[in-house]
Amino acid sequence: MSQTNRLSSGGLIDRRKPLSFQYNGKQYQGYEGDTLASALLANGVDIIGRSFKYSRPRGIVAAGAEEPNAVMQIGASEATQIPNVRATQQALYEGLVSSATNGWPNVDFDVMSYVGKIGGKMMPPGFYYKTFMWPQTMWPTYEKYIRKAAGLGRSSTMKDPDQYDTLNHHCDVMIVGAGPTGLAAARAAAATGARVIIADEQEMFGGSLLSSRELINGKPAIDWVRTVVDELSANPDVVMLPRSTVNGYHDHNFVTIHERRADHIGDRAPVGMTRQRMHRVRAHWVVLATGAQERPLVFAHNDVPGVMLASAVTTYIERFGVVPGNELVLMTSNDDAYLTALSWASTGRKVVAVVDSRAKADGDLVKQVIDKGIRVIFGSAVYDVDGGTRVKAARISGLTADGKKLTGKSETLSCDTIASSGGWSPVVHLSCHTGSRPVWDDNIIGFVPGETQQKQLIAGGIRGHYDLLDCLTEGMNCGYVAAERSGYGPVGKRPEYKVARIRRSPAMPLFLVPHLKPISQAPKQFVDLQNDVTSAGIELATREGFESIEHVKRYTAMGFGTDQGKLGNINGMAITAQVLGKSIAETGTTVFRPNYTPITFGAIAGRNCGELFDAKRYSAMQPWHEENGALFEDVGQWKRPWYFPKSGETMQQSLNREVLAVRNSVGILDASTLGKIDIQGKDAREFLARVYTNAWAKLGVGKCRYGLMCKEDGMVFDDGVTSCLAENHFLMTTTTGGAARVLEWLELYHQTEWPELEVYMTSVTDHWATMTISGPNSRKLLAQLTDDIDLDKDTFKFMDWRPGTVAGVPARVFRISFTGELSYEINVSANHGLQVWKKLMEVGKQYDITPYGTETMHVLRAEKGFIIVGQDTDSTLTPYDLGMGWAVAPTKPFSFIGKRGMAREDAVKPNRKQLVGLMAKKPDVVIPEGSQAVANPNQPIPMTMLGHITSSYYSATLGRSIAMGLIRGGLDRMGETVYYPQADGSVIEAEICSPVFYDPKGDRQNV
Amino acid sequence: MLHIFCPHCGEYREEEEFRCKGQAHIARPLDPEACSDEEWGHFMFFRQNTRGQHRELWVHSTGCRKHFNVIRNTVTYEIEKVYLVGTKPETEGAAS
Amino acid sequence: MSEVLEPKKASAAGTVASAEPVYALMDQRPADMSNAESPLSRFRWQVSSSGKNVGVVARELALLGHFILRGNVANADFVKGAAEVLGVELPGTLKSNAKGNLVVRWLAPDEWLITVPGEQAFAIESNLRKRLTGHYSLVNVSGGQTLLVLSGADAVNVLRKSCHYDVHDRNFPVGKVVGTTFAKAQCVIRRAGQQEWELVIRRSFADYLAAWIQDAAQEYGFAVK
Ligand SMILES: [Zn+2]
Repeated sequence: MSQTNRLSSGGLIDRRKPLSFQYNGKQYQGYEGDTLASALLANGVDIIGRSFKYSRPRGIVAAGAEEPNAVMQIGASEATQIPNVRATQQALYEGLVSSATNGWPNVDFDVMSYVGKIGGKMMPPGFYYKTFMWPQTMWPTYEKYIRKAAGLGRSSTMKDPDQYDTLNHHCDVMIVGAGPTGLAAARAAAATGARVIIADEQEMFGGSLLSSRELINGKPAIDWVRTVVDELSANPDVVMLPRSTVNGYHDHNFVTIHERRADHIGDRAPVGMTRQRMHRVRAHWVVLATGAQERPLVFAHNDVPGVMLASAVTTYIERFGVVPGNELVLMTSNDDAYLTALSWASTGRKVVAVVDSRAKADGDLVKQVIDKGIRVIFGSAVYDVDGGTRVKAARISGLTADGKKLTGKSETLSCDTIASSGGWSPVVHLSCHTGSRPVWDDNIIGFVPGETQQKQLIAGGIRGHYDLLDCLTEGMNCGYVAAERSGYGPVGKRPEYKVARIRRSPAMPLFLVPHLKPISQAPKQFVDLQNDVTSAGIELATREGFESIEHVKRYTAMGFGTDQGKLGNINGMAITAQVLGKSIAETGTTVFRPNYTPITFGAIAGRNCGELFDAKRYSAMQPWHEENGALFEDVGQWKRPWYFPKSGETMQQSLNREVLAVRNSVGILDASTLGKIDIQGKDAREFLARVYTNAWAKLGVGKCRYGLMCKEDGMVFDDGVTSCLAENHFLMTTTTGGAARVLEWLELYHQTEWPELEVYMTSVTDHWATMTISGPNSRKLLAQLTDDIDLDKDTFKFMDWRPGTVAGVPARVFRISFTGELSYEINVSANHGLQVWKKLMEVGKQYDITPYGTETMHVLRAEKGFIIVGQDTDSTLTPYDLGMGWAVAPTKPFSFIGKRGMAREDAVKPNRKQLVGLMAKKPDVVIPEGSQAVANPNQPIPMTMLGHITSSYYSATLGRSIAMGLIRGGLDRMGETVYYPQADGSVIEAEICSPVFYDPKGDRQNV
Repeated sequence: MLHIFCPHCGEYREEEEFRCKGQAHIARPLDPEACSDEEWGHFMFFRQNTRGQHRELWVHSTGCRKHFNVIRNTVTYEIEKVYLVGTKPETEGAAS
Repeated sequence: MSEVLEPKKASAAGTVASAEPVYALMDQRPADMSNAESPLSRFRWQVSSSGKNVGVVARELALLGHFILRGNVANADFVKGAAEVLGVELPGTLKSNAKGNLVVRWLAPDEWLITVPGEQAFAIESNLRKRLTGHYSLVNVSGGQTLLVLSGADAVNVLRKSCHYDVHDRNFPVGKVVGTTFAKAQCVIRRAGQQEWELVIRRSFADYLAAWIQDAAQEYGFAVK
């Protein structure tokens, strides 16, 4: 079958460039400039899918974003599958592979058609809720088959081979829509020197002018389009985005645009080009020139393939050179649709009749049609359709003036195509995205944008103004106004547009064409084609008490499809109003939300995927860690060495080896990730006293001190060591994960509560590379690498720091310990971190220096009962709950942060959860972290829970397991036994003890 | 995505550069120890849930790291005023 | 969260210099710089295969001296002293001042970033310490960050893919400095020339940002100097 419906001339397609494509396994041919839909129609393909619920055959209805039926699966390979592509918006390219989304196993014969036939009775609206939700356990089973049979498209199971990205923009005037209105607006705004962006979802700019025969300034409209496009292209401050759908309009004039950069080129984007791009635009002013979509009329069997929108038929003829049938019946309630009869007649194919619901009409277009000798039947309507897989005839009858009832005799008009038009619905979707409600306008028989908070102008079709001259003029005016309000212009000479006005006779408000039978008994009159919502369904919903339009929508699923009810919603609202005996204005409309059309996940993710999904932070010593086989642990965004396995080792074996190396000789840890804040100013000490719970007044130069930070509620939120570098100069350390949070918190207090304190804080986390050497041999090792630091144990004591040179690099060395061993924390400028680390490894070889990671560090500190904030704490524990009352100085003169909070009645009540040590009775059992403690393991569920395990390890030092955890009143329950029931039914028995498992007097760190 | 004027940078910036720190003008009691548990609880936990003009404290996190106050309309999302910490301009209808 | 309505203002006037050194000062740069590693010195760049059509060129200005200076512009002697030592005024809001290889960038109303050639770093730090009065802070952050310069006709497009700040000539003239988000990190951007953008990149984020930048630049043709 070749292109039987293709005209030999006309349209904007290039007949010299044939393209072959595949649809449902068959090869077809179209031309460059086609959409997939126009190419299918050219080839006489009538059925492009099956309906969702009733599995009825469906054909192409529209020519744009509103298409409900022609929703395709595209992709030549598994990796390039894209579901739910509207054939009307998919440009044809050589080798395009497509298949119908709906209709498993195929569109011509499928399982659901049998279900569907019964289903007509079986599946009324609310069917899913009523039937399948009960019993609830069966729902997954039903859903699986319904979804499979209905076919909602499928995404690829493989990684998308294409790339996507985001581009940010700022502009003065953002114009949505490049039809006559938008182009006139862009031209005007650009002429003022303003920065302009104009976007349109279609392949090329021009909108309605692409299929128009009107003249602008005496020339074909398409010539004007080309002139303006050329003019705008030459302006460096204009960004033109065809194939770009403005999908969201957000607060403060933020607009998101989905550009399909390569979807028209091939199955995959060319090398070096992203397939799709999200444009994120912040605009001073937005001009909505989104135009209008034609509203179909609702009548019985209006879903039979061959029933189409009138304007779509015109578009296929005028723009694509495709006549989608042989014999046309046009059903209309307005003058505009007469253009379709004129276009059809011009192709030499037969216009059987124009059926006009109005008693009379004498507009220019009507006259032209009558003059051509085409039969026009006034005061009548198509109320039913004959035919199954294609229209065979239209049944018409007289209609009362109010459109509520049929009158007179029926007549059957033989035809294969019925074009219908109920008038225009302004495309108000974007105007609703920021919360504005559209308003019904009786004059234009449609909703127009309501009041908005946005700096937004509207022009042309979106206001219900359809005359070309009005569109051009309004667009131009909006362009100038938007530019002027953004600080540009005014311009002296404005272009003039000369367009012959078309006189139109008044349109008639008609939505549902009545049938001979009442709604509930009439054959199906489809409102929402994609979701198979009928007028009877809406009536049933209202009868069951769903009177709010939002409820009707949810109950019937009207507008829930991938087309979001672009064709059906207004008719649905009108029918709801009619059934309820209300006006449409009273019934109101549902609200449209982003996105206007479906969008790929790739475009949303952009570059933020794979390796670039999130920032990864590394220390200066990362190359060494990688070369030496470290496994890494995520700590916030940081990648920290977790442990350094040697070949053949299990994780536990590695940890044991690393732990024992620290206890017996020397280990080395990369501690660079700790947050570090440089604090300077004469009030630095006072500031520290206010933000830490302990005292700082007497900390001398050269000394370090551990501190706890609480929030105002008295609960611990960070900890670390702060050192006095000079009288007015301190270096604070924070937890790795808390660094940014703590700095912002300190700034908050300084800026808002205590601006009189002379103190400045600066992050130096990245500046210092920090390596901790820990173990009895650490002093000997350090001594071999420094000659200007006195390491004598009586002069460089525990909790002292000294400046000096280590391995030839200026360093600050802090004698602090998180392992309980003799330790030195060496800080050098990170530019020299790697070289110093390597030197330590080289010289440390004689002591068998052992690199250790975070997991080993956790074991070592747990052996000493040192907490990790965020692991052993969870924002519900005071320092007292942690057994760290020694770190609180309640007598400090200033009421430090947390002091009042920890004195609250609740914070001092008995039996609070407190941190204790826990030893499993069986020393080889490591109690799983998170295990809940109970006093009586035989208590029936729900059991009384006393607390949970926060840290739990096997300690190689002690040759047994150790744990820390919270227990109600735990500090007073030393020696008691608690039980940890496990998911497998077993129970672990443990004894409450001090959390300091090793070297309780702290001798080892003081040597 | 709000567009927020930072009074310290003197420019509008994208919301992603900022963090909202909650209701503004929650003054820390000068003598916390003198507060009853109830008074302290109000300072700690009680916040307005305003419909309309709401005073908020924001920080320009990835810019100048400075805090400032805004009056934001919670219905329209319009930012009606931006002002420095330590000041409190009167605004018709704004909850204090 | 919290706020006093009429805070006591910090005094702007200089305080009497103490005899004790109230701030720690240390030359953190070793004499032997042969083993120094800048944040991007080991990054494995992937440049476009063809040499022609290079739209974006990346160049690290490695191992400079970086200092964060904070102080109160109401203290005239602080402002004057800084200008004397640096040879340029402290720039105002969102501006930078440069003299030769020394660049001062405004970061906040009380905060500037000074970059100088590495070998001059300690002298400038010492001189500032000697000269400045009143409440101020000076912090050496040379190891914690680096400068990455993106140049070429499409450098601006890499920025537009990476941050939401408006980089149009009318909003971002040469010399302007802006702290903003960049990919999922933070960045200070200075427009050093018509087609030259200088990014201040934190060391720990350097690999991530370099990978991001080269990925964003691929379509324009990418080279590294
Ligand atoms: Zn700011």
